[in-house]
Amino acid sequence: MSSGTLYDKVWNFHQVKELPGGSTQLFVGLHLIHEVTSPQAFSALNEKNLEVKFPNLTVATVDHIVPTLNQQRPFSDPLAEEMLSTLEKNCKTHGIKFHGIGSNSQGVVHVMAPELGLTQPGMTVACGDSHTSTHGAFGAIAFGIGTSQVRDVLASQSLAMKKLKVRRIWVDGSLQKGVYAKDLILHIIRLLGVKGGVGFAYEFAGPAIEKLSMEGRMTICNMAIEGGARCGYINPDETTFEYLKGKEYSPKGQEWDNAINWWKSLVSNSKAKYDDEIQLDGSSIEPTVTWGITPGQGISIKEKIPNPEELPKNEQQIAKDACKYMNLKADQPIEGTSIDVCFIGSCTNGRLSDLQEASKIVKGRKVSAGIKAFVVPGSQKVAKEAKQKGIDKIFLTAGFEWREPGCSMCLAMNPDKLEGRQISASSSNRNFKGRQGSANGRTLLMSPAMVAAAAINGKVTDVRKLLQE
Amino acid sequence: MKQEFPKGEINTISGPSLVIKGDDIDTDRIIPARFLKCVSFSALGEQVFADDRKELQGNHPFDLEQHKGSNILVVNDNFGCGSSREHAPQALMRWGIRLIIGESFAEIFFGNCLALGIPCMTASKQEITKLQNLVRENPNQIWDFNLKELSISNQKESFSLDLEGGAYKMLFSGKWDATSQLLDAEEKINNIVKNLPYLNNFKY
Ligand code: SF4
Repeated sequence: MSSGTLYDKVWNFHQVKELPGGSTQLFVGLHLIHEVTSPQAFSALNEKNLEVKFPNLTVATVDHIVPTLNQQRPFSDPLAEEMLSTLEKNCKTHGIKFHGIGSNSQGVVHVMAPELGLTQPGMTVACGDSHTSTHGAFGAIAFGIGTSQVRDVLASQSLAMKKLKVRRIWVDGSLQKGVYAKDLILHIIRLLGVKGGVGFAYEFAGPAIEKLSMEGRMTICNMAIEGGARCGYINPDETTFEYLKGKEYSPKGQEWDNAINWWKSLVSNSKAKYDDEIQLDGSSIEPTVTWGITPGQGISIKEKIPNPEELPKNEQQIAKDACKYMNLKADQPIEGTSIDVCFIGSCTNGRLSDLQEASKIVKGRKVSAGIKAFVVPGSQKVAKEAKQKGIDKIFLTAGFEWREPGCSMCLAMNPDKLEGRQISASSSNRNFKGRQGSANGRTLLMSPAMVAAAAINGKVTDVRKLLQE
Repeated sequence: MKQEFPKGEINTISGPSLVIKGDDIDTDRIIPARFLKCVSFSALGEQVFADDRKELQGNHPFDLEQHKGSNILVVNDNFGCGSSREHAPQALMRWGIRLIIGESFAEIFFGNCLALGIPCMTASKQEITKLQNLVRENPNQIWDFNLKELSISNQKESFSLDLEGGAYKMLFSGKWDATSQLLDAEEKINNIVKNLPYLNNFKY
């Protein structure tokens, strides 16, 4: 059993009581809601004649279903409009702060909450969305929950949960030029597998992690869940504090100094006990791309698509399935694979630095003929700052579309969808069959800079070649 | 009329029954995936078994006039397998089901039903077949379920039923409802709110 880790310390602060059956009632310090998983929870609350216990600890935004071309109300999709207006109504009835379209603070929930300073070290953060692990980048314990737990949190600000084991993933060295947080996390999931983290919280640590910006750290923690770990976190440090300083909801004045002291006290002890530890070298990681139908099916840009027969037994079936679905041949290099659509966005890689890095590749170049390429900023703030820096112009000049913020083609609950067998280079987090809106559409996951490189060349490209030119 | 959903101690349930025959009936059949994009569970009652009902054009047990108002469902083996969606028991509950009796249930489905206060009781294959036949012969028959006695009976026949101990206790005491269990700890929750540094200007 772990002890002395940040996970243990934060858990202890939030423990309400032991429940029958071995789970713990855990207090939730920050509850984030959006239009897809909250409406049923609110109606369940109404049916039970319950109130929202602490409306000031729940914050709402709209992201999954928003169109990115025209956000004029009412939305042209009546179901999307209904979901948004239901959320608006629920927030109003229960006194919950809602960051809606046109508020300047709307965005993908895991992008907007950190940039407002809502997410802070030492919190428990819950949201009806599996990528809630993102918030762990601040040293919070953050995890996705289901609809009935959303109801429970609304009603009691707590939920029933079993304590996870803690695995420390120590990354030495530093990432090479052209290699980003996304490559690192794809590499880790490849190593440990998509189920490797089940039952674990992942603590990401070591020199390569410490050197990452907060946005890079969010990319890492965001995809912990794709490796099976319901939450992933990074101990808070100067980079964390620097990011939080002056944010709208960050503590100010004397409170700020107190906060720093408390936050520092939460960092995992040097003698902390972990349930498992692994170590890897960040310097040797190359740009990484998924070729299959799970985020664990990643390879470096220099590798060939694996031959299913040569993989460990338990990976063979899914690899065969992937080759067939993706229509990619074993033993072919992944570099050079033709692409139809390029998507830069999502809660994994839709932040300012993601767009900035991608724009460096795009600058002065043109999107390859026949490629549909588009950028969907993760939030209204990201969009605004990108425009101030002229990043939108760089993309537009190169032939990218520049859209309004939302989840968009990460899961295609809005009109942005792949068509037919189209294959996309995507900066999002899931390459499951049909994930991007076409039942047989195909997805290659990679860093935003790699997506940009794919857009320029019309095929999967080692971004380092374009960085050198 | 607003439906009354289960609340408190679940000791007795009375009413007519209906039968869904077949092993391994999965949650996709109970509520097809396309009905998941919805803002409330309230419409699910009409959509329960939607595809099966469409196929049978009005002859599905959930459509037959004689089963209107039935609240006990008798099924076979491994009922509720497949996707973990909470929508499946919700849909059954909203149609009017308050008790399910079968040979066995998928684990997650069983738990999701329990969280709604719907007991999933088991009996042997022979007993289930016998019960199903009786229900079919006389659909208007009122059945009385008694949790404490672990039985269901009409005036003539009685069947003994099984339920795993933990679930029994939860239903019997009325503590099956996850939310009210959590709300029980109100005082402790308020204490945490008063003591968590980040909710108290970081004075600690
Ligand atoms: S961007 Fe994608 S993964 Fe993130 S919250 Fe939206 S749909 Fe979920």
